[in-house]
Amino acid sequence: MHRLSADRRHRVRFTLNGKPVEADAEPRMLLTDFLRHELGQTGTHVGCEHGVCGACTIEIDGVPARACLTLAVQADGATIRTVEGLAPEPGRLSVLQDAFRRHHALQCGFCTAGILMSLDGYLRRHSAPTEAELREFLGGHLCRCTGYTPILAAALDAAKTLREVPAHA
Amino acid sequence: MSELPTSWCGQSVERVEDAALLTGRGRFIDDLGVRPGTLHAAILRSPHAHAKIVAIRADAARALPGVAAVILAEDVTALPASLVVGVKAPIECWPIATDRVRYVGEPVAVVVAASRYIAEDALDLIEVDYQTLPAVVDPLAALDGTQPILHDGLRSNLASERRFRYGDPERAFAEATHRIAVTIKYPRNSCTPMETYGLIAEYDAGEDAYDVTANFMGPFSLHAVMARALKVPGNRFRLRTPPDSGGSFGVKQGVFPYIVLMGIAARVAGRPVKWVEDRLEHLAASVSATNRVTTLRAAVDADGRVRALDWNQIEDVGAHIRAPEPATLYRMHGNLGGAYDIRNIAVRNRVVLTNKAPTGLNRGFGGPQVYYALERLMQRIAVILKLDPADVIRRNLVPSGAFPYRTATGAIYDSGDYPLAFEKALTDGGYAALRQRQAEARAQGRLYGIGMTAAIEPSVSNMGYITTVLTPEERRKAGPKNGAQATATIALDPVGSVSVHVSSVPQGQGHRTVLSQIVADALGLKPSDVRVVAELDTGRDAWSIASGNYSSRFAAAVGGAAHLAAEKIKAKLAKIAAAQLNVPPEEIEFAGGRARARGNPDNNVAFGRLAATSHWSPGLVPEENQALRETVFWSPPQLTPPSENDEINSSLCHGFIFDFCGVEIDRVTGALRIDKYVTMHDCGRILHPGMVEGQITGGFAHAVGAALYEEYSYGPDGSFQTGTFADYLVPTTMEVPTPVILHIETPSPFTPLGTKGVGEGNCMSTPVCLANAAADALGASDIDLPLTPAKLAALFHPAEAAPPATVRPQPVKTGKGRALQGQGQAQANAAPADVWRMLLDPKTLEAIIPGCHGVEKLSDTHFRADVTLGVGPVTGRYRADIKLSDLDEPKAVTLSGTVTGALGDAKGAGHITLTPTDTGGALLAYEYDAEIGGKVASIGGRLLDGAAKIVIRQFFEALARHTGGPARTGLFARLFGRGA
Ligand code: FES
Ligand code: FES
Repeated sequence: MHRLSADRRHRVRFTLNGKPVEADAEPRMLLTDFLRHELGQTGTHVGCEHGVCGACTIEIDGVPARACLTLAVQADGATIRTVEGLAPEPGRLSVLQDAFRRHHALQCGFCTAGILMSLDGYLRRHSAPTEAELREFLGGHLCRCTGYTPILAAALDAAKTLREVPAHA
Repeated sequence: MSELPTSWCGQSVERVEDAALLTGRGRFIDDLGVRPGTLHAAILRSPHAHAKIVAIRADAARALPGVAAVILAEDVTALPASLVVGVKAPIECWPIATDRVRYVGEPVAVVVAASRYIAEDALDLIEVDYQTLPAVVDPLAALDGTQPILHDGLRSNLASERRFRYGDPERAFAEATHRIAVTIKYPRNSCTPMETYGLIAEYDAGEDAYDVTANFMGPFSLHAVMARALKVPGNRFRLRTPPDSGGSFGVKQGVFPYIVLMGIAARVAGRPVKWVEDRLEHLAASVSATNRVTTLRAAVDADGRVRALDWNQIEDVGAHIRAPEPATLYRMHGNLGGAYDIRNIAVRNRVVLTNKAPTGLNRGFGGPQVYYALERLMQRIAVILKLDPADVIRRNLVPSGAFPYRTATGAIYDSGDYPLAFEKALTDGGYAALRQRQAEARAQGRLYGIGMTAAIEPSVSNMGYITTVLTPEERRKAGPKNGAQATATIALDPVGSVSVHVSSVPQGQGHRTVLSQIVADALGLKPSDVRVVAELDTGRDAWSIASGNYSSRFAAAVGGAAHLAAEKIKAKLAKIAAAQLNVPPEEIEFAGGRARARGNPDNNVAFGRLAATSHWSPGLVPEENQALRETVFWSPPQLTPPSENDEINSSLCHGFIFDFCGVEIDRVTGALRIDKYVTMHDCGRILHPGMVEGQITGGFAHAVGAALYEEYSYGPDGSFQTGTFADYLVPTTMEVPTPVILHIETPSPFTPLGTKGVGEGNCMSTPVCLANAAADALGASDIDLPLTPAKLAALFHPAEAAPPATVRPQPVKTGKGRALQGQGQAQANAAPADVWRMLLDPKTLEAIIPGCHGVEKLSDTHFRADVTLGVGPVTGRYRADIKLSDLDEPKAVTLSGTVTGALGDAKGAGHITLTPTDTGGALLAYEYDAEIGGKVASIGGRLLDGAAKIVIRQFFEALARHTGGPARTGLFARLFGRGA
């Protein structure tokens, strides 16, 4: 692994929601700051910057990850998905996003991006989760607005729709 | 065209807010662009709860490349005035510590720099000399006269005291069959919105004007406080809010001191300044609810009927009385009798100052504290009189048909049918079955309890209730304060489409959606025809002091104002339509996107065409009928100032809640499981059932957190101990069950739409409902929150034997900080004598101490080192002062000393022994015992322990490397016989 010098900015390149992106970052720059302030992708939110709240969750190489615990330079060469990449096209929502809207599974929407990113991957791997499984899985996210009840309802509903019309994913 | 007028209100339409929020296109404060040249601020905060600031040296910080300015107290006190304090006392409240720090996290200096990273680097370079003072932590101790006084202007830490008397409480107590009392200590907690504070501040020297965008939530009465502190008239302090805000629950009221502070920073730096609070700052120093000690006594008849209450409340507002405090203590004043018909009430209210963060708005605002006392008392009455708690509640409820009901303390309960809602909840919620379930569980020896609560949820605060803290005399001098101006503006544009603006500053509550429903209903349109803007700009929009999003005022007050504005513009449009359709205006109705003659729907005009008339053909419309833009200010007449006898209608609307629940407590661990929770609400007319549901489930989750997990915990030295989300436990999907929600609807006669607030009720009712259930399960009489397993287990497990005394080295404990202990061993590839030399050589130490910037040898046994250490999320620079003793060359040595830095301090001792190994190396064994204080202590034992272990392991790893062993960590296992 090559060493990075602390006092210099380094070129970071990765694939973001299917498109190549690049910008410079000091080695200490967090991936959250890089996404939000260098690349202007402000959909990923920062709730704690210490790995507990889950608001910053994104997908790195197919695995959900806390962007606040990741350095931008660590993402070099990776494939990253964020909330901006979930909708199939502008003006249309994915099945999961649409279920969130119908069930009022968001209020302020600050925690939502992280929860969507976690669930999006999870529902692809688990097509028929039970409420108990979803509760366990979503235990890594904090939401202060909804009380979680509508989030669970939306996730169960989305799983059902995806089972019935998988092409809609 | 539909003949039936559709009512959009009452339907759970999809929210207009959601598409953007779901796709990452929200516009929160940190998502907004800034002007080129904007600087980024970081705040140096006090590591001490109470200390004198002796000196601050900021030259090194100022010299760091990228730093534009360092703002210290003198910059702040030089120009503006202190923030106004709500009680009559000679106290100042600045947004930065001046002579003393009074709580952990209090701002001490602000650095503005080219980036936040550089600004935080510079914080490390500021040196502050503190002279620590004893801290005042316990609100009762704060009153006993033995503690230091926090503010020079005061003779004690009692900032305000008032007594009130309504009816004839003395007589009721004298005549009562029973006198029953509870004493409760309500803890501190906070609703911690997921988005922290943030703002962008700019100062225009040419106009002497400030322009700040902040995720402030109101009340905008604080605009006057901020403008005054910045010493400009209100029109030179333009305050704007971003389109989206990531939750608030009251908390974002507390950004206002930072608006002043960063306004000054922008002025000093001569450039715009952006500041986004981080989570550690938020937990330590934003705002929390008050902690309160209450003794509540009741005069009770033999059948459980309560004749009188005697409240004695001691409110801990922290280090400053920051506006609008002591409002928490007075918001419930009108409804201190709860849902009950109690005519005799005595009150003694005291406000004390302690070395904790200042308090402020928080969901429930005063309700959790009041209902915890009142409803614990009702449960105690049932236990003592051997009654079903449901019977005690039933016998005391304000009767049906009594509305509007004037309480003893002055509130007017607008509408309701409490007995009906109560009985319906018991029936529909399955109370009898729950009792059965409890009996079965108990028969199996399980700890199963049932709790219940009745509560009044006040909404739409009277801006005058806070003045109840003043005597009638003081109020006369200050002039009457009252009312709750709500405002809404409706504009028609040249193509006849409808825009609405309100000053309600939502933080996720879907205001834009509900307003589009309300206005669509009034004008016969679809919600999608109506566009709503809800961000506020005080330089441009209609607003007043009550503007903002608090006291659950939206549905009742703001929704009502929008309805009135729509009716107003509709009346004008009806006149224009009447002229066009040749019918009298009373005959015009609006439906299906058209205005039409009643009874002759073919005689109609499209709404858009009609609405555009006053733009294109003003000549055809008499001036007084021109329909372009209408702004309505609405303040309910019922919200009058406190009377001469201190009666106050503190809120306009009063919803009713009745909750009951079943909980089970684990016999071994003491963990509480919520088995069933039923919550009945009467919040008047419901405009959007989905959102009302969301307010209830959301409030319920907050309440579960407050009841079972959350507490802002302070050590006896005032150190803050719950400074991360790993220590301040917010409940997740695993902890929050789904409650059963029931409703009845009795519309409020005082609001234009019959609505009432609903956002805060469960924060008031649920904590005590769960506590009553726990008390029932355990047969406990005194029970305080949070109901942690340890606390509950202590109520039924015998006390544990004391752990065996620790061995060497002797701890340096003063019993105040957080203790750290550990031991371990490591192997080095050098003989003990060589290792010994290395340990005493500053150059070697410099190379092997993790994060070391330099070691100075002051004598053979005295070293000083400068190090940067990261503990969890907190990284800072520290100065270590280490002395060696008990030297037994080359076998053993004791190290003792102190570590100090901006983020905290530590005292400790360690003992190292060196033993030769068969292979010519040395075995190092060490043990240490330290005590940590300041901000670092707030990040919690788990992280701290882990970090200490890592640092020490790194030290020995580096030492091993230095002794010629291979440096790669992959060989760690070979180097060290056993992990450190
Ligand atoms: S911001 Fe990353 S987990 Fe909270
Ligand atoms: S929707 Fe606001 S925090 Fe989850």
